[in-house]
Amino acid sequence: MSKYLMNKFLYTVDRDPELVERYREDPRGTVEWWEAERANAILNVLTAEKSSWLRFSDAEREALATHDYPALFGLGAHPFLALTLFIAMFERDYAEPLAFQLEYAQRLSHYPMPYPDIAT
Amino acid sequence: MATVAAVIASTHHPFYYRASTSTGAERPPFADEWVAKITAFRETLTRANADVLVLVGSDHFHQLWLDNMPQFLVGKAPFYDANWYNEEREFGLPKMFFTGQEDLSAHILRDGLDAGFDLAFSNELRIDHSVTCPMITLRPQADLPIVPIYTNIFAPPLPQPKRYVQLGQMIRDVVESWPSDKRVAIIGTGHLSLELGGPRQFGPHGPDPEFDRKAVDWIASGDIEKALGEVSLDSLWEPGNATHGFLDFMLMMGVAGAGQQADYVDTLDLFHTMEAYFTWYPKGGQS
Repeated sequence: MSKYLMNKFLYTVDRDPELVERYREDPRGTVEWWEAERANAILNVLTAEKSSWLRFSDAEREALATHDYPALFGLGAHPFLALTLFIAMFERDYAEPLAFQLEYAQRLSHYPMPYPDIAT
Repeated sequence: MATVAAVIASTHHPFYYRASTSTGAERPPFADEWVAKITAFRETLTRANADVLVLVGSDHFHQLWLDNMPQFLVGKAPFYDANWYNEEREFGLPKMFFTGQEDLSAHILRDGLDAGFDLAFSNELRIDHSVTCPMITLRPQADLPIVPIYTNIFAPPLPQPKRYVQLGQMIRDVVESWPSDKRVAIIGTGHLSLELGGPRQFGPHGPDPEFDRKAVDWIASGDIEKALGEVSLDSLWEPGNATHGFLDFMLMMGVAGAGQQADYVDTLDLFHTMEAYFTWYPKGGQS
């Protein structure tokens, strides 16, 4: 299990306009490509000097590949990162202001306090 | 020595810029009241005649990332670019540019390290809305040199709350020992109760109005002891999953000093969060 790697996916996709669109349109393909090509790249380090050990758990990969943000919350992904990226991808599909954000809250409403641990 | 001309603590709401500049059908119904409150709050900084701004905020996973995460970081650069693509995308924030007060950065780093704070530093820092929001609300012309200071309120493990208070006390002491005739305003932004990416987000008001009421009282009265007595790293999850931003308010209570009543207090109950604005004029600070 790698909360860190889930967060790294959300972080690196969220900051790249092309990846935001690619992940919106092809979530499974983007996750598979990212895990193969990008997961082990240390940010701000030359490509050859990458890590060798980072991979998603099956549950993490499936949650990302299906845009399943309630599952990401349950797995301990950082809520700010997940919210920011999913707003970028899906707010546009809702006519009313905050409609997506309120649906997002509703879909997480089964989680009791305390919420899943987000410490990495 | 430098003079602390004002101590200012505020929420940083990234939607203010868009709300205040929108017109017609796009303008939200609360915009006019919000602008009026911000305009009054802005006057509290204007009256202080500051030459330099020390700005305490928190990077929201923009330049600082989990592979290399500092707890407390001081910017030391001649210039700072500001705001990020995803802040423009989500909040409509403009790109901004600031001049740095690099000699004050160096002074804070040297004396802060010597005072027992192992501060990280950055010589190339693109700052985000935790710093640009108070610039937009309090000094929209963005014409004063700055020292940005980032705290980690975002990625556990975090320092204990008392450490934020102590950092604020240290910043106050170190600014007052800066060999300069300049007037410095120390401004920090945080949150009251707040939920982001959780079931209680974007409600009709902040997720925990009772916490907000208590927190505003602690800040306004400078009751550091009570705040430290009621707040812990664990307890801050309860009012909302992003409420650790309150630690930057506690830092600013440290800057203002124990028992120091704020000279200016205002709040605004908005959807999603309560806005709160505080200004202290240290003795001799107000011109």
